Amino acid sequence: MERRPVPDAYEPVIGLEIHVQLATATKMFCGCELSFGEPPNTRTCAVCLGLPGSLPVANAGAVHFGLMIGLALGSELAPRSIFHRKNYFYPDLPKGYQISQYDEPLCLGGALGDVRIHRVHLEEDAAKLTHVGSSGRIHGSDASIVDFNRGGTPLAEIVTEPDLRSAEQASEWLKLLRTTLRQLGVSDVNMEEGSLRCDANISLRPAGTSGLGTKTELKNMNSFRFIERGIRAEIARQQKILSEGGQILQETLHFDPDSGAITSLRSKEEAHDYRYFPEPDLIPVAIDEDMLDAARAAMSELPADRARRFQEIGLTADSAQQLAFRGELGDYFELALAAGTEPAPQAQMLANWIVGELVGRLTDGEDPAASLVQPGALAALVGMLGEKRVSVGAGRQVLDTLVAKGGSDPMAIVQAEGLAAMDGQDELAEVVKAALQANADAAERVREGNAKAIGPIVGYVMRETKGRAEGTEVARLIHEQLGMPFSP
Amino acid sequence: MSTTDVFELSATAAAGAIAGGELSAGELFEAYRLRAAADRAAGEDGLNCFTWVAAEAPEDDAPAPFHGVPLAVKDLFCTAGVPSQSGSRILEGYEPPYTATVVSRLRESGARLLAKTNQDEFAMGSSNENSAFGVVRNPWDRERVPGGSSGGSAAAVAAGLAPWALGTDTGGSIRQPAALCGIVGLKPTYGSVSRYGMIAFASSLDQAGPLTRDVSDAALMLRHMVGRDPCDATSLEFPEEIQLPSAERLDGIRLGVPEELSGEGIEPGVLEAFQAALARAQELGAEVQTVRLPHAPHALSAYYVLAPAEASSNLARFDGVRYGLRAQDASDLLDMYTRTRHDGFGPEVKRRIMLGTYALSSGYYDAYYGRAQRVRTKIAEDFRAAFEGVDLIVTPTSPSVAFRLGEKTSEPLEMYLNDYCTVPMSLAGIPAISIPCGLSEGLPVGLQIAGPAFSENRLLDAAHALEQAIGFDGAPARA
Repeated sequence: MERRPVPDAYEPVIGLEIHVQLATATKMFCGCELSFGEPPNTRTCAVCLGLPGSLPVANAGAVHFGLMIGLALGSELAPRSIFHRKNYFYPDLPKGYQISQYDEPLCLGGALGDVRIHRVHLEEDAAKLTHVGSSGRIHGSDASIVDFNRGGTPLAEIVTEPDLRSAEQASEWLKLLRTTLRQLGVSDVNMEEGSLRCDANISLRPAGTSGLGTKTELKNMNSFRFIERGIRAEIARQQKILSEGGQILQETLHFDPDSGAITSLRSKEEAHDYRYFPEPDLIPVAIDEDMLDAARAAMSELPADRARRFQEIGLTADSAQQLAFRGELGDYFELALAAGTEPAPQAQMLANWIVGELVGRLTDGEDPAASLVQPGALAALVGMLGEKRVSVGAGRQVLDTLVAKGGSDPMAIVQAEGLAAMDGQDELAEVVKAALQANADAAERVREGNAKAIGPIVGYVMRETKGRAEGTEVARLIHEQLGMPFSP
Repeated sequence: MSTTDVFELSATAAAGAIAGGELSAGELFEAYRLRAAADRAAGEDGLNCFTWVAAEAPEDDAPAPFHGVPLAVKDLFCTAGVPSQSGSRILEGYEPPYTATVVSRLRESGARLLAKTNQDEFAMGSSNENSAFGVVRNPWDRERVPGGSSGGSAAAVAAGLAPWALGTDTGGSIRQPAALCGIVGLKPTYGSVSRYGMIAFASSLDQAGPLTRDVSDAALMLRHMVGRDPCDATSLEFPEEIQLPSAERLDGIRLGVPEELSGEGIEPGVLEAFQAALARAQELGAEVQTVRLPHAPHALSAYYVLAPAEASSNLARFDGVRYGLRAQDASDLLDMYTRTRHDGFGPEVKRRIMLGTYALSSGYYDAYYGRAQRVRTKIAEDFRAAFEGVDLIVTPTSPSVAFRLGEKTSEPLEMYLNDYCTVPMSLAGIPAISIPCGLSEGLPVGLQIAGPAFSENRLLDAAHALEQAIGFDGAPARA
């Protein structure tokens, strides 16, 4: 094989295909209720079992959710879109074809953040296959069992343009999409339960070029962690092949999160010919003004809009995004602001205390609304901090107590534990004086210019004052008493 | 009323006799049931019209307007708890858990299920020789075919084994067997009758319709078939009530005879009967003129791309996984699929699945399916243009009278030509009726009358006037 010149560096080019189970009352093309762990094959009918003679009827609720997604992504909503049949044989596909959309999808174009959207279309989910026996896959299994409860669940497939450049970026962006969809209320967006599923198209190109290399498709990674690991592993695999002068084969790949291995599911030559053709059992989806109005009316505020609004009330761009893109943090923030506590908390300080202090005290991913800390209590605490009625250190102690025991009145905790900020400068100055005497060596080193040596002196003051002293004020007093200039 | 008289009653007349107390619904049902059961028991030694016959008369509780008049239903309609096999080995013994909408509607109108009728497998055929359950014989000449695919329905009505029957038409499957058996067959406007519960052949063409002894029966049955069904997204509310026809004259009606469908390829005897019918129409006051359907000669080619393409997908569900035949001792999934479908489908079905799969394949789609769709559009436009100058279009229904069993089975293309005059209307989605208009070589000839979408009332009126004037005698087939 001819060896190609090997460039110095490669740039990954990544596009995502996301399947979102829509949280409609009924399935995409029949009246069966969606299933949430019911016994197998109890949420089925002639239509979703593909019985002879049965016919699909499109779920208006799914179209409504599809339009909401399109509006949220800024897509062009097709006035007329059609369903196609995607033909292939598999036991989880009872009709021998999946009803999907092909060249006339519901939504075209759009963007979320800095990633462009290619299209959004509606389709039906397949049934769930369980392979009994040692292999766990269809080949070599003793039997395969089909549960049609999931079959026919409405899906929106969202396809991005290849605008992502790293595994981390892909994972971060997917979180933004998840928050957006959750905010819309169109899906449970739970990756572990399969209501949000993601495939990634990955290729590499020489850094600085704009063409596209041969891509591979990495299937069905069911957690954010696996997505990052899978994409990273595939980038590494391609990089190795290319840097050895090899060629990437266009194929569909499976990432095994346990072993980290990437295996081929099928090559381009083995790819299905799906024989798409317009679904003759359905009429085109014609979008009218009423449907658009209904979709617009049902839209709640989207994360990007919310972040903008948070910035307008004085948050930094970073804080605004942190709160808006983790919607539950944004909700908590707004509840705290709305609690009407006096003195009112300053917005940026409140955001910092939620993201920097509260979240760190909760278990990973826990919704603060589910913690014992009432939004109003945190607002009151931050209000006191703003007025310097308590020190930062004391505030942290109060928060510890709130997390552990709850309670609505942080002032009561402050009083009960004697954590109120020390009013008189004199009282604190006395403590500082005692601290300098007790740490004469350290005081001397500070005077000689060793800034770090201030630690034991501050520690003495904090112990003595139970943390009620304001750190900056303590440092100022130490410098003052040592006759040194101070800049915080 | 004597039993022999009972079999001479039209369905409308029978319902009237029950309503008037001259006839008991139970006796009527039992009389037909015994006849049908005897034919079923005789197999191919009889006419072999049926794949299932009711074991006993139902309870005497049927409401108006049909009052329990027995109904024969083509095998491919799903009937809960009753075999619904679409003439195929792959569905042998399959009893669906639900009933087709149109069958339910007719039941609610007082019809009672007498029997399921034999048909070409998955409605693919024009002679009823493609059934997994044996050929059907033509009651006019038992060595001849009844036409297809609703051959069992047509033969049963013609022979007096059922007062009327339900069939389906995809490219002529009601009209052509009606013509070959000397009865009335109506294919309604596409979308006017629910397809829910009809085992699909070609979804964009399939349409249920009546096969009856006379035009009034066809109108009466159709009246209780049409209407939007929430379970069929392609169904529509019929814009007006179907009237029972009473016209005796055709004054001022402009009949168009398409050049393309009334000359070449039509048997001389059929043409003769057709010309005689046109003369009758003129006597009744109709104005007959020639019209052009320039794309009609391409209809058959387009149809034999589109229908198999849809069929190849519609029949994918017969995979042995959930119902019907499953090949035993398969080594793996692919082997199970392959052997199930090898054993379960007959040769014509396999041929069309192959044709359709090819037509939809990547790289061939535009050349076949795409092109055929464009032809279909052109044909619909041809009809629209023609109906600007005429009220109805008339053609022979079939190019020939009933042919001999086995005569065309080895020549699929020859067989496909049977649909030459009926397929254009199917592609255009417009209604068309076939009524018997005379005999050629002692065998019935059908006259096809087609109209614009939803012109069923106009169609039925014209058919009724001509039927009265022609006075066709179907009695020989019931002898």
